[in-house]
Amino acid sequence: MAEQRRARVPVAKTYKLYVGGQFPRSESGRSYPVSDAKGRFLANAAHASRKDVRDAVVAARKAFPGWAGATAYNRGQVLYRVAEMLEGRREQFAAEVAASEGISGGKAQSVVDTAVDRWVWYAGWTDKIATVLGAANPVAGPYFSFTVPEPTGVVGVLAPQRSSLLGLVSVLAPALASGCTAVVVSSAQRPLPAITLSEVLATSDVPAGVVNVLTGRADELGPWLASHGDVDALDPTGAGAEARTELAREAAGTVKRVLTVPAGEPDWTERPDIARLRRYLEPKTVWHPMGG
Amino acid sequence: MRTRLGGMATATLPAGLADAIRDDASLRRFLHGLPGVDQVGIEQRAASLGTRSIKKAAKLWAIDTAISMVDLTTLEGADTHGKVRALAAKARRPDPERPDTPPVAAVCVYPDLAATAVEALRGSGIGVASVATAFPSGRSGRDVKLADVALAVRSGASEVDMVIDRGAFLEGRYGQVFEEIQAVKAACGDAHLKVILETGELGTYDNVRRAAWLALLAGGDFVKTSTGKVSPAATLPGTHVLLQAVRDWYTATGELRGVKPAGGIRTTKDAIRYLVAVHEVAGPEWLTPGLFRFGASSLLNDLLLQRRTQLDGHYSGPDYVTQD
Repeated sequence: MAEQRRARVPVAKTYKLYVGGQFPRSESGRSYPVSDAKGRFLANAAHASRKDVRDAVVAARKAFPGWAGATAYNRGQVLYRVAEMLEGRREQFAAEVAASEGISGGKAQSVVDTAVDRWVWYAGWTDKIATVLGAANPVAGPYFSFTVPEPTGVVGVLAPQRSSLLGLVSVLAPALASGCTAVVVSSAQRPLPAITLSEVLATSDVPAGVVNVLTGRADELGPWLASHGDVDALDPTGAGAEARTELAREAAGTVKRVLTVPAGEPDWTERPDIARLRRYLEPKTVWHPMGG
Repeated sequence: MRTRLGGMATATLPAGLADAIRDDASLRRFLHGLPGVDQVGIEQRAASLGTRSIKKAAKLWAIDTAISMVDLTTLEGADTHGKVRALAAKARRPDPERPDTPPVAAVCVYPDLAATAVEALRGSGIGVASVATAFPSGRSGRDVKLADVALAVRSGASEVDMVIDRGAFLEGRYGQVFEEIQAVKAACGDAHLKVILETGELGTYDNVRRAAWLALLAGGDFVKTSTGKVSPAATLPGTHVLLQAVRDWYTATGELRGVKPAGGIRTTKDAIRYLVAVHEVAGPEWLTPGLFRFGASSLLNDLLLQRRTQLDGHYSGPDYVTQD
């Protein structure tokens, strides 16, 4: 028996992108080897190109009306379901986080738990955020005046380079909870948790195109996302401090919202606030005549 | 039964072709004598030409050429005069922010809206194509079909898109189809006649080739793949067969006839594949709006977005072009 087990050749994996609910190869045909923290080969990942960015944005735009138009309650339920499935894959996530980030199994387990909790935390906000950020405005006239937050559109997310799961969840979940659709560029060196997350999303109730995951280099894909005419907001977390200035300049051409993020990578285990949700929402004010 | 076929002047045709249209039997003999289409070969050739990479300046040229070949089409039951006028405005100036964008070739509408389109396009040099002959099914009597054509021509349409009687064609009544095309051609007067074969309903490439030759023999100025109402609509291999037919027609008679794929062409990438096919199968002289058209509605917006991407150096989005 033992001899047979040794003889087995492990299946080497070549992962693909996640675009519009499908798992296509990169348009460029490129892939790159992913190693663990000690430099041992883990798997091959697709190396996304600018044309994959283009396709992903088209998919995200197509998915936007449906996702933004879903009721907040429904969005919350869909995101809770994702959290359930993350929970179901705890072991796999923990193993990938441990290998990618070079941390112990126990520590990785706690990172995964925090990530699932983070997802649930944002899922809970879906049907509460309108109450917190919206308002019934007092106006000097016979009108009701309401302000309601609405999702901004397609969001480009450059995910953190170091925290491959918790960091990713912390930047992706707020975009989804607010009702935006996202094109995510994962960590270049540590993409495996992002790939597994996309497998989770593909089998969950999240509609195709709401999340699109590209594995590749943020410095290559970031400028294309920043200058893209059909992307409404950009989270430059995964880009270097200097690259962010350039991204902001590129994004200015289409008056894109660019999130202000800390210079270094923050401690993702800290309790978040609703700042990220707020950045993805646009206030809409409605005036309605009072009767009588 | 030896029925002489219709009254078109056949004097200009070379002997072989003139003989083909002498009567029903010789027409059948000619059409069935056409060499069969190698299905695997033509699909492979279409696929291999589709992989050709067109970049930078050549791509920009291809995009502009494709825009100038678009028959901007609206064929919905819900069409209104307002929508046709909006479409005409878009045909004149596809991208108002970039006035160097070429206008499209024609606007394609139902015959009752042709007059509106003619009015809206007056002086622009853009043609008005009207579908006719009980489009899209072609299921009606000949007098009704001819009245349909007469309405289009009276309204000022410069091009008429007719559908052939697929039922008659599939039953092998080629002479009837031939005479119908001739009658419509006669009713068109000065207007150009495009003959819609509806390749998706013909079943085989052999039938597509036969229908194309039938249309060319009967005097169609263009052969057009589909109505856009049947799936599959235009396909690359199907268009290859039509392009071969017009090239062979040119070799035999010295006359240039056109091809129009319609339906299902939505992206710039698709359009460029068709242009490559035109260049390689028919020849560079067909790369003009006079001899090659795209029947499309959503294609134009994608061409405009790609044009902007080429010129701006970054991707554009649907917010930057008019949506209809």
